[in-house]
Amino acid sequence: MADVVRLDAIARECRVQIIRMLAHAGSGHPGGSLSVIDLVVTLMFGRMRHDPKRPDWPERDRLILSKGHAVPALYAAMARAGYFPEDQLITLRKLGSPLQGHPDRTTLPGIEAATGSLGQGLSISLGIALGLKMAGWPARVYCILGDGEIQEGQVWEAAMSGPQLGQPQHPLDNLTVILDYNKIQLDDFVAKIRDLEPVLAKWQAFGWPVVEIDGHKIDQIDKALDQAEATRGKPFFIVAHTVKGKGVSFMENQPEWHGKAPKPAEAIAAVREILGVSEAAWEEYLAKDSTTRALVGELRALERK
Amino acid sequence: MPGKATRAAFGEALLELGARDERIVTLDADLSKSTMTVAFAKKHPDRAFNLGIAEQNMIGTGAGLALAGKIPFVCSFACFLVGRFETIRISVAYTNANVKLVGTHAGIAIGEDGYSQMGLEDVACIRSLPNIAIVQPADELETKQAVAYAVEHEGPVYLRLTRQTMEPVCPPDYRFRLGQWLVLRGGRDVTLIGSGGPIGNCLEAARLLAAESISAEVVNAASIKPLDEDLLLRSAGRTGHVVTVEDHALAGGLGGAVAELLGEVMPTPLKRLGVQGFGESGDSKGLYAKHGLDPAGIAASVRKFLNR
Repeated sequence: MADVVRLDAIARECRVQIIRMLAHAGSGHPGGSLSVIDLVVTLMFGRMRHDPKRPDWPERDRLILSKGHAVPALYAAMARAGYFPEDQLITLRKLGSPLQGHPDRTTLPGIEAATGSLGQGLSISLGIALGLKMAGWPARVYCILGDGEIQEGQVWEAAMSGPQLGQPQHPLDNLTVILDYNKIQLDDFVAKIRDLEPVLAKWQAFGWPVVEIDGHKIDQIDKALDQAEATRGKPFFIVAHTVKGKGVSFMENQPEWHGKAPKPAEAIAAVREILGVSEAAWEEYLAKDSTTRALVGELRALERK
Repeated sequence: MPGKATRAAFGEALLELGARDERIVTLDADLSKSTMTVAFAKKHPDRAFNLGIAEQNMIGTGAGLALAGKIPFVCSFACFLVGRFETIRISVAYTNANVKLVGTHAGIAIGEDGYSQMGLEDVACIRSLPNIAIVQPADELETKQAVAYAVEHEGPVYLRLTRQTMEPVCPPDYRFRLGQWLVLRGGRDVTLIGSGGPIGNCLEAARLLAAESISAEVVNAASIKPLDEDLLLRSAGRTGHVVTVEDHALAGGLGGAVAELLGEVMPTPLKRLGVQGFGESGDSKGLYAKHGLDPAGIAASVRKFLNR
């Protein structure tokens, strides 16, 4: 059983860091980072076997964030786990930083593959899962796809391949794929651009066992991951219904927040909402919480720049 | 040693190296009979993966296998493989995955199948990526050594192979090394730099020119990225004239790479021979003659270039 309280608390911290780093960067993708963070946190802090001190440990579980534009979520979780100091988060998208705008495996240990050119992560995940199976390692592979992303043709090449590849000796039952179904892509709502429905039936027709969950409920995510691990002979697919911009009222379900950084004042309001503090109680909260006070101080300083 | 298509030599090398190195795996997209991985697949069915006609997924899966410690040879016709450039660009190059990309059916010499099956822009595309080595071996011996080199080399490699038979040009004691070219014939008046398909025609052209007292140095440039800068500058410095010969589009291939280096480092009169426009169906000899890549055509271009 997942420790829901602990994981929710970590996810909340990561949401704050996502807002913080995007405000500092002045560009980036808050909507999809906030929709995916509960999935990332449940995996990295509740499920995966990994060691921030040994990012190249061959038997580690792998997370491939195929929707690479949501990498602030991954960076926040990686920093929280100890892959690099949290101070480094505000170098996101800055010249010389290993925290590239989209994941770069060669600059940041712990990033498994370059992603962000959409549609490629599932194929890479298939290859890693197959290689691990052939090596006889028990490691698992997790791949997170964006909903708009699966409009890419390569995804369906990989979808067709997944349940068949490696059979019969090395079926890819060490692979779990999660769709972050937040219903919004860059230009507009997914259903308006190029509808995915019936998305469950599509993956089922390609031979994948599929379950559907609320991608913000840690216990539901955890249960689906249990089902994935218990499944033999095939990779597993989870459709996680999520809310774009989850946790920040003015970002939720708003296509404009796909790829726009919050201004410092917006970031401060977002942090306050994520922490669940009312406007009236905010100054008092800051007076007591030095970490948040420092973070808000940083954001206020940004505003003056 | 009789002539052999470099794709056939590749298939044999893979079989031999695959027996010794468990890390070697092959990926194909329904062309394993043409890319010649089929013998390896028969011998090691558990290490040969046919992904179907889905090259993007094949390239990505290859990258993943490399990230898990395998040495994947990802094979298709050069045009179909490099046609999925964006996948190569991110999943292989930017990820710096230890993938060996193998593009067969290079150039117009495939003949009858026509333009859509001809790899003609592959070198130009791959050359623009910062970290993929490009090797186009000339004959059986060099191919086998290049494949062995690719296995040892840590990092992505692009091997460009021919469908047609290639006569041996490298001496028996030859050792392939990345970034090293081979002088096949010494000469004083012009440096003929050939790679792949037309390399034998370069030697033949040099013999024709010798009969007219034009002394052509013939260089086999298997390593297209990196170039053998030392050899190129030394030879060009001596002869003062450089001609490149390749079965590839004129833009961006070996000739382009040579032009970039000479232009910046040692401006030298240069003539690039290659394929102009789209290819077309026909017999390979006739196509080489049409594009001036046959011995007579190469010799004629050299004569004109030297004003002789």
